[in-house]
Amino acid sequence: MAQPLPRPVPAAPAFDVAGVRRDFPVFTPGLYEPRLAYLDSAASAQKPRAVIDAVSDFYSVSYSNVHRGIHPIAARADAAYEGARATVGRWLGAPRPRDVVFVRGTTEAINLVARSFLRPRLSEGDEVLVTELEHHANVVPWQIVCAEAGARLVAAPIDDRGALLVDELARRIGPRTKMVAVAHVSNALGTVVPVAEVCRLAGERGVPVLVDGAQAVPHGPVDVAALGCDFYAISGHKMFGPTGIGALWARGDHLAAMPPFQGGGGMIRSVAFAGTEYAPPPARFEAGTPHVAGAVGLAAAVEYLEALDAGGAMAAAAAHEEGLLAEATARLAEIPGVHVVGTAPEKLGVLSFVVDGAHPHDVGTVLASEGVAVRAGHHCAQPLMDRLGLAATTRASFAFYNDREDVDALVRGVVRAREIFGR
Amino acid sequence: MSALSELYQEVILDHSQRPRNFGPLAGANRSARGDNPLCGDKLELALSVRDGVVERAGFEGSGCAISVASASLMTEAVAGRPVAEAEALFERFHRLVAGDEDAPGAGEEGGDGDDPAVAKLAVFGGVRRYPIRVKCATLPWHTLRAALRGADEEVTTE
Repeated sequence: MAQPLPRPVPAAPAFDVAGVRRDFPVFTPGLYEPRLAYLDSAASAQKPRAVIDAVSDFYSVSYSNVHRGIHPIAARADAAYEGARATVGRWLGAPRPRDVVFVRGTTEAINLVARSFLRPRLSEGDEVLVTELEHHANVVPWQIVCAEAGARLVAAPIDDRGALLVDELARRIGPRTKMVAVAHVSNALGTVVPVAEVCRLAGERGVPVLVDGAQAVPHGPVDVAALGCDFYAISGHKMFGPTGIGALWARGDHLAAMPPFQGGGGMIRSVAFAGTEYAPPPARFEAGTPHVAGAVGLAAAVEYLEALDAGGAMAAAAAHEEGLLAEATARLAEIPGVHVVGTAPEKLGVLSFVVDGAHPHDVGTVLASEGVAVRAGHHCAQPLMDRLGLAATTRASFAFYNDREDVDALVRGVVRAREIFGR
Repeated sequence: MSALSELYQEVILDHSQRPRNFGPLAGANRSARGDNPLCGDKLELALSVRDGVVERAGFEGSGCAISVASASLMTEAVAGRPVAEAEALFERFHRLVAGDEDAPGAGEEGGDGDDPAVAKLAVFGGVRRYPIRVKCATLPWHTLRAALRGADEEVTTE
């Protein structure tokens, strides 16, 4: 049999970052002086014109409540809302749109799973396993149900670079483990967690896994089926969509067996004072009027990303973003007294650092004077900060719309902070 | 002077890097803890109060340049002052950083205008251009008030 001919590796198409920036009104030249270097996308991402217009158009000409009107405009709103569910499902690789539940965001998605899925099956002495990397949103909801049930929250350790010790996680999955909950990408350090492996390890022991995907989905589509997870939670606002909307994807058999999260209109089949019959998922988990315009805006964000992807630019965008992170990391590390926090071999989008003699908040203020928007603090990950022996870090985070000028401004600002505080 | 250099004046940098009255305070009989959960700043303030007078003040903890310098300069400003005066100074400091008042002590006939420790507080005037940093500057003062009033609970900016 003939050997397959080696195929030339196609060069990544050059990424037109200037063109992409024109899609985002906030980057209009002259709007900010000094020029805005928005390096805070891990906190919340900027919005392309397509998302702003989709929300505005929906409110302007297609707006109605969903699932109950008989007039034609209600049908348009219904179609937009259910269409958005399918679109968001595509970005997650969801085999069926009806397994996508619209929620306010990742936080609500995790609370929903903790309350409706885990709580009924949690008993005294049981354990919930998370990691030291987690955002408070993937800690506190589990703590609340653990406290109610007399169960224990256990954290799998990381190494000093911020990489998850997968073997240590595996050792902690025991007969009392009822749930594993892990971040796909750490919001504070950018560490990419090998979630497929975590899912395999937990799956072998019959333990369900929730993945907090808030920091992963802005960087590319995911495939929940390939990951093998049971639940995947995302926020719209971190992936260039509106605030107040997010999604939970869950395995259909889990959703079908789960009691409602909240009670109200829209989540019932029939109501009598003698008893209420609940609607099937996803409606069962969407009590009250949902954030229809938010869902429409989130779908527009997915479509914007898909259009990038279709042009082959998403791979180029990822490479561009990776290049910026690598360059910024290398240049900051060269500055005496600056220490990069989080050096896991696989990282996405986040550069956390500390500066000798300068508190992260002061660094943030100096950076702001250079037009650089960063986050300073514990990043809603206090257990992680404790593990690293830090009170806080300064965090620069990247999206595909960032460019070399942003990196230059960041480096300039950190050098300035050293001049002011590093004496 | 740029807003940034007005914020990080020499006196503030000096006090943040070499805080005065830092460490345990011998003979302390009042104390309070201050906490800014958003940025992780923590402060323990100790006072020795005798016959209605703050004899000395000391603090421990960690925080940003603004909060450490504010605590350091505050311990200097309140030492030797009657409790009522220290409380009044809190009000004036708060107006200085959050409102539009001029420096404490400035232009006051027969006031404490010539008390250098109080006059120095004027360096925090630059904070008002950074609304988000006002809490950093006022945390030590809120903690002072809690200590003077004997409040048991921890002071928090939130």
